[in-house]
Amino acid sequence: MTAETRPLRPAHPLESWEPAFAALTREVAAQGGDLVLEPAPQARATDLRLDPAGPARPAVAAALGAGLPTHPNTWTATDDGEIVWLGPDEWLVTSRYARPDAAEPALRPLVAGHGGAAVDVTGQRVALRLRGRLARELLALGCALDLHPSAFPGGHCAQTLLGQAGVLLLALGDGDDYLIHVRSSFAGYLAEWLLDAATEFRGAAPAAGT
Amino acid sequence: MNRVDGYGRIDRSRTLRFTFDGTVYTGHPGDTLASALLAHGVRVVGSSIKLGRPRGITAAWNDDATGLVQIEEPFPEPMLLASTVELTDGLVAGGVNGQGRLATVADTARYDRRHTHCDTLVVGAGPAGLLAARTAARRGERVVLVDDRREAGGSLAPTDRIDGRAAHRFVADVVAELAGYTDVLHLQRTTAFGHYDDGFVLALQRRTDHLGSDAPGHLSRQRVHRIRARRTVVAAGAHERPVAFADNDRPGIMLASAGREYLLRYGVLVGREVAVFTTDDAAYAAAADLAGAGARVTLFDARTTTPAHWTRACTDTGVTVRAGTVVTGTEAGPDGAVTAVRTGPAPGGDPAGGTTTPCDTLLVSGGWTPAAHLFSHIRGTLVFDDALGAFRPGGAVAGTEVIGAANGTLDLAGCLAEGAGAQAPSVAPEPERVPTLVTWWTPGDPARQFVDLARDATVADITRALDAGMRSVEHVKRYTTIGTAHDQGRTSGMIAAGITAELLGRSAGDLGTTTFRPPYVPVAFGALAGRERGDLFDPVRTTAVHPWHVAHGAVFEDVGQWKRPRYFPRPGEDMDTAVLRECAAARRDVAIMDGSTLGKIDVQGPDAGEFLDRVYTNMMSSLRVGRVRYGVMCGNDGMVGDDGTVLRLAEDHYLLTTTTGGAATVLGHLEDWLQTEWPHLRVHLTSVTEHWAVFPVVGPRSRELLRQVFPDLDASNDAFGFMSWQDTALDGVPVRLARISFSGELAYEVNVDSRYGLALWERLVAAGAHLGITPYGTETMHVLRAEKGFPIIGQDTDGTVTPHDLGMSWVVSAKKDDFVGKRSFARPENNDPQRKHLVGLLPTDAATRLPEGAQIVEFAADGTLPPPPVPMLGHITSSYLSAELDRPFALALVKGGRARIGEVVHVPHEGSLVAAEITGHVLVDPEGARRDG
Amino acid sequence: MQLIDCPWCGPREELEFHYGGQAHVSYPPDPQALTDEQWGHFVFFRDNPKGPFPERWVHGAGCRRWFNAVRDTRTHEFLAVYPIGAARPGVPGGDA
Ligand SMILES: [Zn+2]
Repeated sequence: MTAETRPLRPAHPLESWEPAFAALTREVAAQGGDLVLEPAPQARATDLRLDPAGPARPAVAAALGAGLPTHPNTWTATDDGEIVWLGPDEWLVTSRYARPDAAEPALRPLVAGHGGAAVDVTGQRVALRLRGRLARELLALGCALDLHPSAFPGGHCAQTLLGQAGVLLLALGDGDDYLIHVRSSFAGYLAEWLLDAATEFRGAAPAAGT
Repeated sequence: MNRVDGYGRIDRSRTLRFTFDGTVYTGHPGDTLASALLAHGVRVVGSSIKLGRPRGITAAWNDDATGLVQIEEPFPEPMLLASTVELTDGLVAGGVNGQGRLATVADTARYDRRHTHCDTLVVGAGPAGLLAARTAARRGERVVLVDDRREAGGSLAPTDRIDGRAAHRFVADVVAELAGYTDVLHLQRTTAFGHYDDGFVLALQRRTDHLGSDAPGHLSRQRVHRIRARRTVVAAGAHERPVAFADNDRPGIMLASAGREYLLRYGVLVGREVAVFTTDDAAYAAAADLAGAGARVTLFDARTTTPAHWTRACTDTGVTVRAGTVVTGTEAGPDGAVTAVRTGPAPGGDPAGGTTTPCDTLLVSGGWTPAAHLFSHIRGTLVFDDALGAFRPGGAVAGTEVIGAANGTLDLAGCLAEGAGAQAPSVAPEPERVPTLVTWWTPGDPARQFVDLARDATVADITRALDAGMRSVEHVKRYTTIGTAHDQGRTSGMIAAGITAELLGRSAGDLGTTTFRPPYVPVAFGALAGRERGDLFDPVRTTAVHPWHVAHGAVFEDVGQWKRPRYFPRPGEDMDTAVLRECAAARRDVAIMDGSTLGKIDVQGPDAGEFLDRVYTNMMSSLRVGRVRYGVMCGNDGMVGDDGTVLRLAEDHYLLTTTTGGAATVLGHLEDWLQTEWPHLRVHLTSVTEHWAVFPVVGPRSRELLRQVFPDLDASNDAFGFMSWQDTALDGVPVRLARISFSGELAYEVNVDSRYGLALWERLVAAGAHLGITPYGTETMHVLRAEKGFPIIGQDTDGTVTPHDLGMSWVVSAKKDDFVGKRSFARPENNDPQRKHLVGLLPTDAATRLPEGAQIVEFAADGTLPPPPVPMLGHITSSYLSAELDRPFALALVKGGRARIGEVVHVPHEGSLVAAEITGHVLVDPEGARRDG
Repeated sequence: MQLIDCPWCGPREELEFHYGGQAHVSYPPDPQALTDEQWGHFVFFRDNPKGPFPERWVHGAGCRRWFNAVRDTRTHEFLAVYPIGAARPGVPGGDA
C-alpha cells in the first residue's frame, strides 16, 4: 500500500522514544534500581466545564459512573480512565477505550444547557507512566512540589512544572507510581529531560549522602 | 616535610600524586590541596591581584582570602581555594597570579538540581547542628542536615570529650542515628549558600569532586538542592577574625584556628618557629597543640591579663607567653614569606614590649565573628555584641533559628544546649575566660595594613573613602571594594566595619554592618544552570509532523519554543532559491505547510458571541454558523495585540486561532477579561492548540487535490465558499476544512486530531504528487502574505500600531457600542495623520533587498544624509524577494505613509542610500481575484 | 523563590504565576462617556505605593484562575489572597 491509500492511524508522539525508555528500565534494573518509564496508552480526553453546585454534575457523574472530584488537586477513577480536577469548574475526563459516553458529543448535551462546556482534547496532551522505587526521586530532580506520600498520596494530582514543561501529574500510588500528562508539543522535550535526569540511576548508586 | 606522626584524620596508607606549578608532590586521602602543599612547605601560592604581592594560605577552609588556585586537571576551573579543594590523584593545579582562566572547552560534567522538602533544615553539622538535627529527627520530623565539610563534627578537636567519650566517637554515633531515620537526609560536602523567602534555601552539593578523575559520569558533579523547609536552623559556626597590622599579608601568616586545624585534621605542622598573636583565649589551644607537636611557639596576647588555665597549658608545653603585646609588623625573606614579627606594647601593656622575634609562621586571632549570613539573607537583623566584637543575630525571623557559634555562643556546653535543650549531653566545664580585647588594627603604616587581602585593600583605602565623604559602611565597601571578592568579606567585613567606625569616632554597633547577600560561597554557573543547557536549555516544541520535516531535510527556525520548518531545500538550493521555488508553487500549482503551531482556543457558551464582540475589534456575533471571519484583538490602549480567524461552529460555539507566538498570551488575555471583568458571561475557554493539526493547502490546484482526497466533499465555490468551513471525514476520522487564505490564493486549511496529523499529511503529500505538491515553510508563508500586504503581528507591529495604522479600518466595527480598545481610537494621538502607516516599499533599482529593521529617511538628491540627528521617517518591518513580482520588496511603517504613496525615500544601507518608492501595501492581486481559484 | 498561595491549589512557587497589576481598577461602565484624560488615566496610570498593595495574580501554570492578593511591596510578603470581586481585606499594617 502506498501512503496515498494507507488507512489513517493515530500516532503516539512518544512512539519513537520507546526503545530509549525500555533501555533505561533495563539499565536501572541492572544496577538493582527500579524505574519504569513508558508511554501511557492513548486515551480519549474531554475537557469538561460545569458549575459544581449546578444540576449538570449528577448527570455527568451518572454518565461516567464516577463522581467529579471537587477537592482541588485530586482525581477519581472511572472504569477505564480518570476524572481529574483542573479547576473549580473544570475537569479532564479520560477514557482509554474511548467510551462514547465519556466523549464530547455525549457530554456536551449534559452540560451545555446549564452553562457548561465539553471539548475534545484527545490530541492536546500525551501521557507518560513513571513508576518504581526511584520514580519519586526522579521527579524531585525537576518538580518543585513536595511529592512525599504524606503530602502527595495516591489520588492526588497537580498542574505544575516538571523541568520547564507544564504537566498534569497524577499520583497513582503512594510515591512510586505516576501518570504525567504533558502537552503533545512538549512530549519530546519532556522525554529527553526524563531520560537525561534518569542518567543518575544508570550507574552504581552513589555512596550514602551523595 | 611538615607532616607529624600521630595527628590528623587522613589515610596515610594511601598516597596521592599531584602537580602544583609544575612540581609533583604527594598527599593522602583526606588532604586538601592546601594541607598537602603546606605539608611540603609550599607557602607562597600566588600573587595578589593589584599589587602583585606574594600570597599564601591564610585559612583552612572557605574563609581563606588569598590561597587561590587554578585547577587544570581533571578539568580547568579558575579561582578555587586550595583550602577547599579535596586532594585527588592526578590533580594538576597552579597558583593564581592576578586572575584565573576559564576552560576553553565545554565542561562535560553533569550538573543538576533537586527539590527537597523538610520540616527542619539544619545548616551545619557541628555539635550544635548535629544535636538540633537529632532532636528534630527524634520528634519524627522530616529533616535535612547539610554541612560543607567532608565530615561532620565542625570544629571539635580530638581532645574534646562529650558524654564521657571522645567527641568524634560521639559525632559518629549521632551520624549513625540520623542515618537510621527514613526521612532524614544528611549531606556532607554541601554548602547552604542562599536563604530566601518562605523557608527556601539553596545548597550546593559537591558530589564527585573528591573522586577526581574517578568521578562516575552518570552522577552529577555538583547538585543544587532547592530546599523548602518549614523551619531552618542555622548552625554555621563562626569565622575567626584577623587583625590588621603592617605587612599582615605575607605568606606564612594565617588564622590561629587554621594552624591548629592543619595539625589536628591533616597532621601538618605549619611551622617550626611559630609566633601567635591573639586578642582572646582560643589561640592558646593552637599554641599549645603546635608546641606539643614540636614547634617553638611564642604567644603575644594583646591583653594584659592572660587566661590562667590556658597560660598554664601553654607554658607546660614550652610556649612563651607575652602579655600586653601586639604585633605591629612583619619581615620577609627573599620569597616574600614571613621571617619575623615586630611587636610593640599594647595600650596599657609593657612599654618594653617592642622587639623583633624571628618566626617562620605567624598565627593570628582577633576573636570570632558569627557566620550569620543565612540569617542576614532573609532580612534578619544583626546587632553588635561588644564582648564578641562582632555582629550576631538579633531580633527574630519567623521560621529561622540561629544556634551555636553562629549565634555568638562559643563554648561547647552552650552549643550543645542550643542544639538539644534539656537533652544536651554533658561536657567538662570550660576554663574561666578572659574577655576578648576587641582589636581591629595595631599601630603602623596604614598603607601596608591589609583589610581585604583578596582586594589588596588597606586601612589607608578606608581612610581615603572617608576623606572622600563616605560615611556608611555600604558606601565604604563599594568605594574600597572590601568584601566583594570570592570570600565576600568573611574575614575582612567585620574589621573593615570596626576600623571605619573607629576612624569616624563612632561605635561599631551604631555604624552597622553591610548586608550579607547570597551566595555565601562562589557557585559555578554550570551548577546554577543544572540540566538547563545544550538541548535542554529551553523546551523544544514540535508538531505531529515534525519527524516528516526532519526526514525531508527541512531547515528549521525557532518561533518561540517551536521548531518550524523555514524552508525545504532541494539538493544544491540555498534559502533564496528554495523560497522562490516554494512561492512559485503556491501561486501556480499547489503547496502545503504545517500550520499546527497556530494557537487555537475553543469558545463555548450561550454568551460566546457577546464575549467575542467585546474582545475583537469587529463583530463576531453576526457570523453565521459555518462561516469564518478574520479578527483583530487590541488592548485597552487600542494597539493591535493579536490576530487570527474565528470559525463559528454552532450558535454557542466558536473556534479561534491566534498567532503561533501569541497563543498563551491571548488565552491569558481572554481569561483575564472573562474572569475578572465579565464573570457573568456564560463562556468557557479551552486551549486546543495541540489537539488540532492544521495544514494550509495553497494554490490554484488545491481544490483539485481536496476533491481527490476527500471524495465526499463538494468543493465547488458555490458549495464551499471563501471564509467558510465544512466537516468531512477520511477513513472514519473527522476532518475539518476551512477556506482561509493567508496568501491570496485559493486555499484550504485542513484540520485533524493531531494524533492523525502525520498520517493525513503523508496522505495529502502522496496524493498531490502528480500535481507537483510542494511543502513550504515559514519563509515562503511570510513572502506570500507580505505580497498581499497581510501583516504579521509582532513583526510588522510592535505594540504601538493600531488597526488603522495597518490600513485595516475595515476590521474595526463602527456598530458596536464598545469593545476592548475602542475608546482609545478616539484619542487625538491615535488620529494624528503623522502616525506611522504600514506601506509597501519598492527599491527603485528593483534589485536591492533592504534589511528588516533598516531606517527610512527623506530622499536627498545629493545622495548624502542631512547632519544628525537625521529625522527618521520609519523603518522596514518585512523584506523579501518576490517570485511573483520578480524583484525585492518590503513592508514598512512610515510616518504619514499613506499620504506619501508614490514618493521616493532613502534607506541607508551598507554605507550608501538606497532609493525606494512608497506604495500601497498590497502588491500582488490587489483586487483579490485569485482566492476562488 | 517565593511561594504564592493559590486560593485553589495552595502554595506554589512564584514562577507558576503571572502578575496582573493593580487590583480593583475596574473597566469603566461607559468608556465613551469619559474625557480623553479620564480614559488615559484608566489605561496608563496605576498606583505604586510603598507597603501593602492590592494586586491581581493568575495561577498560569496551574488552575489558570485569577485572584487578588495584598502584597507588601517592601518585603514582597503576601498578606492576604482573596477572590476576584471581593472587597480588599484589612491586613495587619495595611492602610485599608
Ligand atoms: Zn491554582
